[in-house]
Amino acid sequence: MSARDNILGRIRTALGRMPGEGIAPRPSFDLQIPSLPDRTALFCERFEALAGKPHLAADPSAALETVKAICNGRSAVAADHPLLAETGILNLEGVEHSFPDAAAQREACALCDIGISSATYSLADTGTMVMFAKPSEPRLVSLLPPIHVALIPASSILAGLEDLLTRVADPAAYSSSMVLITGPSRTADIEQILIRGVHGPGEVHAVVLTYC
Amino acid sequence: MNPSDIPPDAAIHETLGDPRLQTAIYTATQRLIDHRKKAVAADALPAYQDLRALAHRIKRHTIEHLDYYLELVESQVAARGGKVVFCEDANEVADFVLNLAKEKGERLIVKSKSMTTEEVHLNDRLESHQLEAVETDLGEYLLQLAHQRPYHIVAPALHMTRYDVADVLTKNLGVEREVEPEKQTKIARATLREKFLEAGIGITGANFVVAGSGAVVVVENEGNARLSSSAPRIHIAIAGIEKLIPSAKDLAVFLKLLGRSATGQPLTVYTSFLSGPRRENEPDGPKEFYLVLLDGGRTKLLADPGKRESLFCIRCGACLNHCPVYRKIGGHNYPWVYSGPIGAIITPQFHGIGKDPWLPFASSLCGACAEVCPVKIDIPKVLLKLRFEVTASGAKGPGERKAFSLWAAIMARPKLFSLFGAIAAHFAPRPKNGAWIRKLSWPMNLAPLAAWLSQRDLPPPAAQSFRSQWKSRKAAR
Ligand code: SF4
Repeated sequence: MSARDNILGRIRTALGRMPGEGIAPRPSFDLQIPSLPDRTALFCERFEALAGKPHLAADPSAALETVKAICNGRSAVAADHPLLAETGILNLEGVEHSFPDAAAQREACALCDIGISSATYSLADTGTMVMFAKPSEPRLVSLLPPIHVALIPASSILAGLEDLLTRVADPAAYSSSMVLITGPSRTADIEQILIRGVHGPGEVHAVVLTYC
Repeated sequence: MNPSDIPPDAAIHETLGDPRLQTAIYTATQRLIDHRKKAVAADALPAYQDLRALAHRIKRHTIEHLDYYLELVESQVAARGGKVVFCEDANEVADFVLNLAKEKGERLIVKSKSMTTEEVHLNDRLESHQLEAVETDLGEYLLQLAHQRPYHIVAPALHMTRYDVADVLTKNLGVEREVEPEKQTKIARATLREKFLEAGIGITGANFVVAGSGAVVVVENEGNARLSSSAPRIHIAIAGIEKLIPSAKDLAVFLKLLGRSATGQPLTVYTSFLSGPRRENEPDGPKEFYLVLLDGGRTKLLADPGKRESLFCIRCGACLNHCPVYRKIGGHNYPWVYSGPIGAIITPQFHGIGKDPWLPFASSLCGACAEVCPVKIDIPKVLLKLRFEVTASGAKGPGERKAFSLWAAIMARPKLFSLFGAIAAHFAPRPKNGAWIRKLSWPMNLAPLAAWLSQRDLPPPAAQSFRSQWKSRKAAR
């Protein structure tokens, strides 16, 4: 008998169940989405309270200027996202993108100062960015560089977790990885002293695109 | 109970007598208490009590249909290109990881914080086979270097000072002595970054296993779990079989409770929802995904409906922070990786009550744990059940049982009770100036009483007993 069969067997004996037996109805509840009048403002407020740095951009050129100012000549890796192409960020000096393979992208992410991406959704009530692993949102761009900059369309800011799970009932259907990012990486493991940027980025910028 | 039943008695005294450690435990737990309190207050989370009740019901439903959900998660993980591996015990987990590493030719493993892998002493086994397994959560990394086990479920190194950290880093990494936590963190970051990029296998725990999605959910603040699950070629998630929840929707309940109860955060910095290896169009992520589901004693808890709820725990640590016993004796005086009230109920159940029979008794039954538990586990009820079992098993010895039968007999007879009360008051010492009693002299210096007094002081007896005061006052009216 395999460990699997032993374990399932013991569970069924303990619970008095038969193999293949169905289940009682599961506890049901509704996802209640809070109505928030100004999600952009709330997102910025909550994001900032976590030591994130919010910026508003009213048009593509403002977004470009903001990102340029953050980069300030430092090296960056950008995800191949239409929004980033549109604003001209991919053409900024010092910004690398479109890598021939995963290894090249990984090495660039490990060496650069800044990772630039978008986020599929954001959550207003917790100041969270929601990223799915996909060609335009690689996992490592928001993870390896010490600074992360995300371009967020204002229209993609949701109220909160309930809203997200209503739209995306099963995240696994879309991607192998959905990550909710709520502020900069932090630790308080030494004497409970808060330190940012332990493994992930210690500085996180959200450039909210109010025009889309 | 016999004082000799308490194996770590000397160790406990050492903890109690260490003012630095006492302050560290007290301030750390107090901070977590304060943060939680704000985060679950009515203005911050009006639905808090409803969410707790719902979380309890969802967990009960899942555990009571565990065979169904385990088969579901197995098929869903397979559908996403991953593999579920069932393990009976610690050895099987280590065997699986060892064999996989050998088969794939991997030598370096990065690990993110996981209580389940602490349970199985995975690192020792791996190291004895010349594999390097590196803990990457900052606190866990320091503990690994110092060869210690976690002090707290959520704050594993809360007992260490920055000076301890400086010693550990200098000794193990050969770096210059550095006492600034900010710089210490930088040193650890740089060292561990190399490991992440080099490692072939990443091991994480799982806070939740979402059966319907075939996914694991990992919450953290540092980013080391994201790195462990994204940078290496192979991702292994290791979880106890009780970590299941039915569907992603349930996260709306559990994520709202977990961060708030643990550290007062509405959401931790990173919440990763991971299902299988990278998909074809994805630019990065692991090529292989394994979900190891460990029994390790858990199925033993299922049969008794009254104790089953011990398996609902989501490891938030709130019961530790609020426990007056944990706050004095700290984490290392509990016999296993799980400390505090949750440790006191699951350790004897996983290992058998014969092994640490004193554990269910190391509680004042004040109920603080049950009050803060986000999944409403009635810890005091389970403690009482376990006490009953320990006593029924005869582990407490005939002397104690006789003593308590005698006690019960006296308590049930008012005349006898006042007689013994009067005798005790007559012989009790009366320290000067109303000071409290610290020691008893003959004939009251019986071993159990002396043991009791070794930890506590007793107020001197009143000149007139409560019962006689009551009588005379009643008469005066
Ligand atoms: S028993 Fe409850 S309070 Fe204690 S760690 Fe588990 S979930 Fe948290």
